[in-house]
Amino acid sequence: MKYLLLIYGTETEMYGPHRQECIERSSKLVEDLDAKGQFISASPLQPVATATSVRVRNGKTVVTDGPFAETREALGGYYLVDVADLDEAIAIANQIPVANYGTVEIRPLQEIPALLPR
Amino acid sequence: MAAPVSDEVAAVYRAESRRVLATLIRLLGDFDVAEEALHEAFASAVERWPVDGVPENPRAWLVSAGRFKAIDGMRRRARFDASMGELAERLEADRRADEAKRELAAEGVEDDRLRLIFTCCHPALPPEARLALTLREVCGLTTEEIASAFLSPPPTIAQRIVRAKAKIKSAKIPFKVPSRADLPDRLDGVLHVIYLVFTEGYSASAGDSVTRADLSAEAIRLGRLVLELLPEPEVAGLLALMLLQESRRAARTSAAGDLVLLDEQDRSLWNREQIREGRALVERALSSGRFGPYTLQAAIAAVHAEAPDAASTDWGQIVALYGLLLRAAPSPIIELNRAVAVAMRDGPAAGLELVDDLMTRGELSDYHLAHSARADLLRRLGKTAEARAAYDRALSLARQEPERRFLQRRLNELG
Repeated sequence: MKYLLLIYGTETEMYGPHRQECIERSSKLVEDLDAKGQFISASPLQPVATATSVRVRNGKTVVTDGPFAETREALGGYYLVDVADLDEAIAIANQIPVANYGTVEIRPLQEIPALLPR
Repeated sequence: MAAPVSDEVAAVYRAESRRVLATLIRLLGDFDVAEEALHEAFASAVERWPVDGVPENPRAWLVSAGRFKAIDGMRRRARFDASMGELAERLEADRRADEAKRELAAEGVEDDRLRLIFTCCHPALPPEARLALTLREVCGLTTEEIASAFLSPPPTIAQRIVRAKAKIKSAKIPFKVPSRADLPDRLDGVLHVIYLVFTEGYSASAGDSVTRADLSAEAIRLGRLVLELLPEPEVAGLLALMLLQESRRAARTSAAGDLVLLDEQDRSLWNREQIREGRALVERALSSGRFGPYTLQAAIAAVHAEAPDAASTDWGQIVALYGLLLRAAPSPIIELNRAVAVAMRDGPAAGLELVDDLMTRGELSDYHLAHSARADLLRRLGKTAEARAAYDRALSLARQEPERRFLQRRLNELG
């Protein structure tokens, strides 16, 4: 079962002084997951200031600056994992550094064979 | 001879259907498929048992029949849905493997029920769905019964259960007992649900029977199972609480089915064996120093159990324990209980003052027991007109027949 773990937090915290430590701990987590065959991919994201939104309306492409919705907690990164069940996904979310102050949202993938990562 | 056998099927259904369901969920990996299989298994028991006789181990027979029917149904549907065929073959392979191991599919059913309760109480489900799902799947209550317990319309409950099952399936909430590391956290939610099952059995929320012994027995059994799995003080405390309350069951209702309050109960009817076990569990939990609200409630029940009658109860100790309980788990209902204990220790006027303060805060204004407690204190103070008004209010809120009869009787006694 594949789950996308979406990492949300305030940018001041996520991109603050603990970023280096956070990246080190995350690298260790990725190593552990990979050793267990649970890892597909993961990455932190550049801050929301770098975001671009695209909408196609009536055949016309509208490109705008920024995210679709302004929220206090921004999407800061993700993990894509392959585990047996939700409890295993929760156990991984538990080890993501941002979970200590932000939120990790776990979403099961709707597994459509043609769309799965290969 | 058909009638006695069908009676037997009905009896087996009552006794075993939830255990069979739990095992079928494990074997088939899907709540809805397992429920359908359960019904087909019983349908085939109704057909076969009068002819072949009741099997030696009805539970194993039902699990095996349900499993077989489910696989058979999937194979038939495989003509329209290829994935159904793959699933059927995978389940059939499991079935043959179990047979080869000569392992009865019905073995380990206690574990299956525990798995089921942990799944139904999973924190990824909304709290109100955990309760509804546990009552439906673990205890076999109907949607209507759950709706009445929750004071919600049946379609709301039905939708809650459907959504919870859909989430279990699509988010793959596992059908297993949590890992040792997760167990303490998951346990709190499970204990809460078990106690609600118990109280539903001890005091059915509507209808003409005060108690549903089977549900309470079910909750006690679940409590024992969890205690065996995780000997934590609060599990012992919860089991003690249920046993001590259960010990009074025979004394709680009169022969006519009327409610008898604690101070008027014939204490010779109390179940000494349950009291002995309950007290031992309370002591065990208290001596750990890591107890919580269930243990404190059990300690209060144990003080009652020790007293030969209401008058010689150690009310001072009960007031003190309610004080501790209020600190551990603040709630207006506990404040109400403490006020009633204060009335027993210091007289009705002291209790009434506390109850009136509590009522002006409004949280208990629709709680029939608050009005009846207040009415009782007013009655004891000789304030007949006010007592009558409070009993009237309680009567308008009470939904259980025996409670309504009790309140009506008190009203009549006021003259």
